[in-house]
Amino acid sequence: MVQALDDVVVLDLTQHIAGPYATKLLADFGADVIKIEPPWGDPARRLGPFLGDDPHPEKSGTFFYLNCNKRSVVLDLHTEAGKKALAAIAARAHLIVESFAPGTIEKLGIGWDFFQRINPRAPMVSVSNFGQTGPYRDYLASELVIYGFAGEMYSMGETDREPVKMFGTAALFESGSAVAVACMGALWAAKRFGIAQRVDVSLAETHFGGVDRRHATAIAYQYSKRKTLRAASRSSGMPGGIYPCADGYVDFTNASIRYDRVVEMLGYPEWATDPKYTDPATRMNPQVVDEWNVHFLEWCLQRTKREIWEEARRAKVLCGPLFTMEDLVNDEHFRGRGFWATVEHPVMGKVTIPGRPFLMPKGGWRMRRPAPLLGQHTEEVLRETGVPEPTMHEVLTTVQRGGVR
Amino acid sequence: MSPKPLEGIRVIDLCVVWAGPFATMLLADLGAEVIKPENPHVWQPMTRGAMARPPQAYLMLAPAWGGGYPNNVPGERPWNYCPTFVSLYRNKKSFTVDLRTPEGKDVLRRLVAISDVVYENNATGTLEKLGITYDWLREANERIIFVRVPAYGNSGPYAEARALGIHLEAVMGHTLLRGYEDADPSSNSAIYSGDYLAGAQGAFAVMTALWHREKTGEGQLIEIAQAENAAAMFTQAIMEYTMNGRLLAPIGNRDIFGRYPCNVYPAKSPGTAETCDDRWIAISVETDEQWQGLVRAMGEPEWARDPRFATNEGRAAHAAEIDAHIAEFTRERDDYELMHLLQAHGVPAAPVLEASRMFDDPHLRARNFFRTQTVEGAGTHEYVGPLWQFPATPVEFYQPPVTLGEHNEYVYKELLGFSDEEYARFEAMGHIARDFDPSIP
Repeated sequence: MVQALDDVVVLDLTQHIAGPYATKLLADFGADVIKIEPPWGDPARRLGPFLGDDPHPEKSGTFFYLNCNKRSVVLDLHTEAGKKALAAIAARAHLIVESFAPGTIEKLGIGWDFFQRINPRAPMVSVSNFGQTGPYRDYLASELVIYGFAGEMYSMGETDREPVKMFGTAALFESGSAVAVACMGALWAAKRFGIAQRVDVSLAETHFGGVDRRHATAIAYQYSKRKTLRAASRSSGMPGGIYPCADGYVDFTNASIRYDRVVEMLGYPEWATDPKYTDPATRMNPQVVDEWNVHFLEWCLQRTKREIWEEARRAKVLCGPLFTMEDLVNDEHFRGRGFWATVEHPVMGKVTIPGRPFLMPKGGWRMRRPAPLLGQHTEEVLRETGVPEPTMHEVLTTVQRGGVR
Repeated sequence: MSPKPLEGIRVIDLCVVWAGPFATMLLADLGAEVIKPENPHVWQPMTRGAMARPPQAYLMLAPAWGGGYPNNVPGERPWNYCPTFVSLYRNKKSFTVDLRTPEGKDVLRRLVAISDVVYENNATGTLEKLGITYDWLREANERIIFVRVPAYGNSGPYAEARALGIHLEAVMGHTLLRGYEDADPSSNSAIYSGDYLAGAQGAFAVMTALWHREKTGEGQLIEIAQAENAAAMFTQAIMEYTMNGRLLAPIGNRDIFGRYPCNVYPAKSPGTAETCDDRWIAISVETDEQWQGLVRAMGEPEWARDPRFATNEGRAAHAAEIDAHIAEFTRERDDYELMHLLQAHGVPAAPVLEASRMFDDPHLRARNFFRTQTVEGAGTHEYVGPLWQFPATPVEFYQPPVTLGEHNEYVYKELLGFSDEEYARFEAMGHIARDFDPSIP
């Protein structure tokens, strides 16, 4: 079956989360992504959750999700043989993606010049915490540090407490999707205009410029000198925000944009049409809102989250029940649409993960292979790229000496 | 000037709110010609503002990012500079047309015939009501790529559910997983990570489908169910359930991979949170070496030399105690000084930056991150910059956030070949405008 990117070979020198998520998207749509790992493996192999809580490098859920559809080649880039093998792969690549700390590839002698000499047509996307230039170039970061500094975390949480981040590594996934766009931009410039360039992606800038409120809080300040208070993103309205119900919670943020529909959802009770709730002059008054909420809370507590959502859907009111992962994974809607992907892995067995990011009927998403075992494709890829036998031998023995750390 | 990666690709932007406009903004940044048909007689809430003409009282009741209009007044044409949306309109073109009329729809048909992509993220059913379907588009242009971004997909029991990014994040499990570990989820404030993810991946989808079309000549219909798209961000929680049958609970600012310490600590503050003058430093230690670096940065205090803290296991067991000690160290120190000190010792750390402070950040200045743009009626300001630096095909802001109908003449006359008489006729019929209909509040 034809896939959109099946004529694209990617030399993938990324590790951890953001870079691998970008190259995963390329792989999911058909690119041959050759993932270079050091003998001790991508550090993501040591990130949970682990199957059966066993912290084994072939049982990491995070690594698994990020590396399906890729091939793993283990190279020690400090050795000449490793560099020779890398050069052979680079010669056939259409795109190089790397996420080493700035300056690292230059020190290893495999910088932009190295790749340009081997393959002047291939662009390179370099992913780093703060970019390849500037005073923070060498600074370290993490999910929390990147999101705290560059995302809209400051205004998240309660006014009298510390700011609070998103779940898990959501911010790095956001960055990864921005990296994937950069990869396609670099590929298009090369394909259409023969321009090979080194694209500089700063994870921080993918958040400073991101759509999750930071673009808006920044320009709001420029326009009005107003700052965005913590908890200010909390919705107010009728209804507005997150409400408890009989078996959990429901989110009605911004639902009062169409108050007529809210009244319909509630079944036209007399209290809901009181003029103080409909008159734009009084309805944003916090006391009026509080009063309204007392009525509404009573309505919510008599219903389950699914019952409330059903009423909201019927009346076309903005609403979302707060699902657990148990609710979500077993939900009929997503199962019926065939969203989940179950993949067979030689060590982990059958693993269920989120499936296609979008439906593209022609040349779209496919699960071709599970995440690779460490170095599973070293020999296969080196043979394809025509690496001479002695180099191959040296690469394979170096790797054995290195082992899995 | 060097060509841009997507130079010559034309995108019709029928988008609303954030997820769609973010996708088309990224395409425009990469050089696509993105054209927004806008109806001056129909207000789409949360697209050029909550209201076309917000009353003065609304401005101060709304949070800054919704009500922070230039100089705190709505001005003549508020739809051209609502802070919630304005940044997404750079590099785009806008023309007006009433798509509810046959002649208006014909204008769209003619534009589709000379375009490559149509992108929309309206509520399910909205475009159908106008008769804009994939079949209709394909009749105008066999090669068209049509991207739709419904909340839950255009099939299944939730197809009709109305949602913004926040609501589908609730359904995808995010809202129960984020927030303080000791507070109930009703204290969570709204975030829009799903709009970010679907927006970026929408741009990725377009470029991937164009790649396919280049090889095969085939256009197609792409469906990004925004909820499904968001699931990737919550992979660890999903797999913890599918692999181990376990449900995760919120852990505040702690590290999902269990590395300690990882938290947000108070720094020396010029004021309180009531005026956005509270300061915080994010510190995240991922290895024993980094822990030793943190200990050195703090001047090797007695408590930190406790051998129980030398391993991650020990730090995990005494996380609250360690956090309290670190807070003592950070409380009277400047957040930027702390960042530089900790980073000098190899510890990942940075201030939790309130948005206005980014304009003073020396690193962003050194990288020339900001772009100055002038919007009619709003004045000249600095806007956040592009998401990536392309040295040979620069991503620049060559068109400031587009105002309603700014490219009417260009689209009608240059692209569609309208004569002056036809243009005047369409103007008289109410298609061509620079203002929303006066009846719209």
